[in-house]
Amino acid sequence: MTTTARLLIACGAIALGTFVIRASFLLFAHRMVELPPAVRETLRMIPPAVFAALVVPVLLRRDGRIDLLDARLFAGVLAGVVAWYTRNLLATICVGLAAVLVLQWVPFLR
Amino acid sequence: MSARNEFWRGAAQVSPTLLGVAPFGLIAGALIAKLGLSTGAGVFWTAVLSVGVFAGTAHITTVELLAVGAPMAVIVFTGLVINLRMLMYSAALAPYFSDVSLPRRAGVSYLLTDQAFAFSVVRFARPPGEELPVAHRLAYYLGVSVPVWLVWQVTTVCGALVGGGIPVWLPLDFAIPLTFLALLVPSLVDRPTILAGVVSAAVATAGAGLPSSLGIPTGAVAGVLAGVVASRRPGRGARRSGDAGGHATTGRARP
Repeated sequence: MTTTARLLIACGAIALGTFVIRASFLLFAHRMVELPPAVRETLRMIPPAVFAALVVPVLLRRDGRIDLLDARLFAGVLAGVVAWYTRNLLATICVGLAAVLVLQWVPFLR
Repeated sequence: MSARNEFWRGAAQVSPTLLGVAPFGLIAGALIAKLGLSTGAGVFWTAVLSVGVFAGTAHITTVELLAVGAPMAVIVFTGLVINLRMLMYSAALAPYFSDVSLPRRAGVSYLLTDQAFAFSVVRFARPPGEELPVAHRLAYYLGVSVPVWLVWQVTTVCGALVGGGIPVWLPLDFAIPLTFLALLVPSLVDRPTILAGVVSAAVATAGAGLPSSLGIPTGAVAGVLAGVVASRRPGRGARRSGDAGGHATTGRARP
């Protein structure tokens, strides 16, 4: 299969599928207006669970093994501390980017 | 116009995250170079992915898998698994847009991102009787989603144009986890949510070797379950729900 054909199939299928995923509840189950407390609690757990699953593995396991001496991990922890105490998104992202820029030059960190 | 204020409120609140989205987009756009296409074709397909899929992690993974010649079934499956988290976002936001017309809900669906979800669920969670009018919700949602869409389109195309020209010593790809970290920390508000995050992180890290990025939704589901179990035990430091999740719409504002 040519590259173009593969691109076409991949883009088309994933774009369509992703829209269906995004639209799932918004378009089809939107009438569930009154949610029982158990459901609301479940929904409340989604942000911490999803974002943790997206961040932590990337920081801890870059090449398949857990490596604690990693510039990105240090920078990530630092940014996390800033986020916790300042609740300031701009500060978090700036500190994180600056930290990884500086820390990558430290010899014993990868 | 108070609805317009809501739009600008949303735009102002999402703007710091754009500092993370921009490098993310440059990286994603530049990856198309791995497919060995002409610059024009590279820009074209990047734009197709950016407009059609409009999801950063899936974009990057799709291009990488195409570049290594993975089977089509794996590429499509992986892309969809990565985006499965949007199912949860859709569920969480649906009650807030239940009185909105179908075309508008389709637009809301299309624009759904991690940022739009994270900011909206916080902004919309109000005690019964104090909900935002529907027009305000739509305005705020557009404020937290449209800027991200714009920045994404521009930076991915720029990345595709620049390609290998991005200096290697600039660790731009760190902006990707950083963006999610900036959304994670504010969501850790009580013991159940912290537990949800910790369990999810542990399971996802353990499952990082799983094929097709299955570790992500597996971790997320485990985390949600852990958090729900923890919040069922009163007096365990749980902030009672009413802070997030669905509330009845008043239905007084027309879409």
